[in-house]
Formats: sequence, structure tokens, C-alpha cells
Amino acid sequence: MSVPHKYRAAPLALLSPMTALTGNLNGPGHYIDWGPIQISLANLVMILIGLALFVAALLLPFPKGRKRP
Amino acid sequence: MTIDETTADAPTTWTGHLRRRFFGTFPPEKLLPETQPEYVTSWIYVFGVATIAALIFIIGSGLVLTLQGPLWYHSSSLGHFVNSTHLWSVELFFLFMVVHLWGKFWMAAWRGRRAATWITGGICFLTSVGTAFTGYVMQTNFDAQWIATQAKDGLNSVGIGAWFNVLNLGQMLLFHVALLPLVLGGIVVWHVLLVRKHGVVPPIDAIDPSDATVEGAAS
Repeated sequence: MSVPHKYRAAPLALLSPMTALTGNLNGPGHYIDWGPIQISLANLVMILIGLALFVAALLLPFPKGRKRP
Repeated sequence: MTIDETTADAPTTWTGHLRRRFFGTFPPEKLLPETQPEYVTSWIYVFGVATIAALIFIIGSGLVLTLQGPLWYHSSSLGHFVNSTHLWSVELFFLFMVVHLWGKFWMAAWRGRRAATWITGGICFLTSVGTAFTGYVMQTNFDAQWIATQAKDGLNSVGIGAWFNVLNLGQMLLFHVALLPLVLGGIVVWHVLLVRKHGVVPPIDAIDPSDATVEGAAS
């Protein structure tokens, strides 16, 4: 029995740019092994984004508001 | 003010006592302030309110999912979109909350009689983890089944499996959509009220406005 077209997996290149950027999320997760430490790539990316946000929040200047009389 | 007027103002009912206590602790200008100290002009102070903004999206998308049900959010395009909105709001909620937590930890935000603010924030974080977990096990898909069957062994090993049974879909559903959101919502309101009461924590080498007021009044 053939699979209906709408249920067939689309090639990565044909997916939207955002999906191509993040990778195909329908497959099994990617894991990084470092001795006893094992972490999924998705979790590692989220932690790194959090750290980057934290550093950026400390370093970036805050826009000046209007002065009150 | 005369004695008669003082007596007339004194509350005689529990509602009156509650009103006097609430508005004594939270006068309107403290509850909804128009200005903040100069040191609040930093991006690190934005992540608390960003967390609350994400929480509003979580509650809004969650209400739509509740109204339409699993068949809708598993099978229709709009259902997928709202389901994804719910998931990514949670991702942002935790991201902002963790950066908020890091910022407050390194500021030692429990200074200046703010221990309760710090503790309620910690309880918010732990309750959020539980709420997100019950969300994962009640998705009604294979992912939920996998997570639940893996988690049950851990929960049984610490002896709470009989009261918190991740294989009981009805219990997990009610925990996720009723009990935990009510608890979390209540603690978040309490946390924000404490921030309003004590003010935003100043940097470690800055003068706390509340201390300055006390010193100024004393001198």
C-alpha cells in the first residue's frame, strides 16, 4: 500500500528555512557523550542560549527612557 | 484627628481588618509604581517580567487546547500550531526563568529582608518543573507513553508512585490543567506582591532605597 503524499517525509531541502535551520525534529534525538556525562544536543543548545542571553543582558546597554519633569 | 474619628475609622469586621492590612502593606503607589530606581535600567532586570509574559502565552494556548481537546491538536493544522505555541511558550518560560534565577543568584537577591521573595521564586521553579512534566505525560501520544513508563520506575523507587501515578492519565491530566496551574499561579502572584512590597533588589554595592529611607528617617 502506498503512503498518501501528505504523510510522506519531505526532503530537508524542501522544508521551510526555519525547519532546515533547526534540523529535522521528527527523527531520534542527537546525544553527546563525554565520559560519564551524556546530554542531548537540544538541551545543550538551550543551555548555551541561556548563557549567551545572560552575558548579553549584563553587557548590552539598556535604552534610555524619556526624562520625567 | 479626634478620638471619635479614630474610633469611627477602626474596622469592626474581618473584611475591614483585611482591607486595612492589605492597603497598609500595599498602598496603590507601591502596588502599581510609575518609577523604579536608576539601577533597574539593565537588561538583567527584564527576565522576570519576560517569564510572566511567557506564562500568559502558556495559559492562553493551554486554555485553547483544553477547549478543543487532543483529537483536534493532534490532527488539525491549527491544532498543531496552538500545540506548538504551548510548547515553545514553555521553552521560553524556562529559558527566561533560568536567566532570571542566575541574575538574582549572583545579585544575592535575598538581601534586605527579601528571603521570602527568593524562596517563593524557588518554589515557582520547582512547581513549574512538575507542571511541565505532567504536561509531557498527558500529551496522549507515544512520546507521553515512553516518558511515563520511564518515569514510573524512578517515582516508585522514591515511594511516591502510589499517590503520583504517571500511568494514570486522568490524574496527570487534572494535575496539569487544574491543580498545578492553580498552585503555580498563586505562588507567582505572591512572588510579585513580595517584589512590590520590598522593591527590586539593588546591586551589591548600591544603596537600598528602603534602607536609605529608614536611615533618613532616623537621622
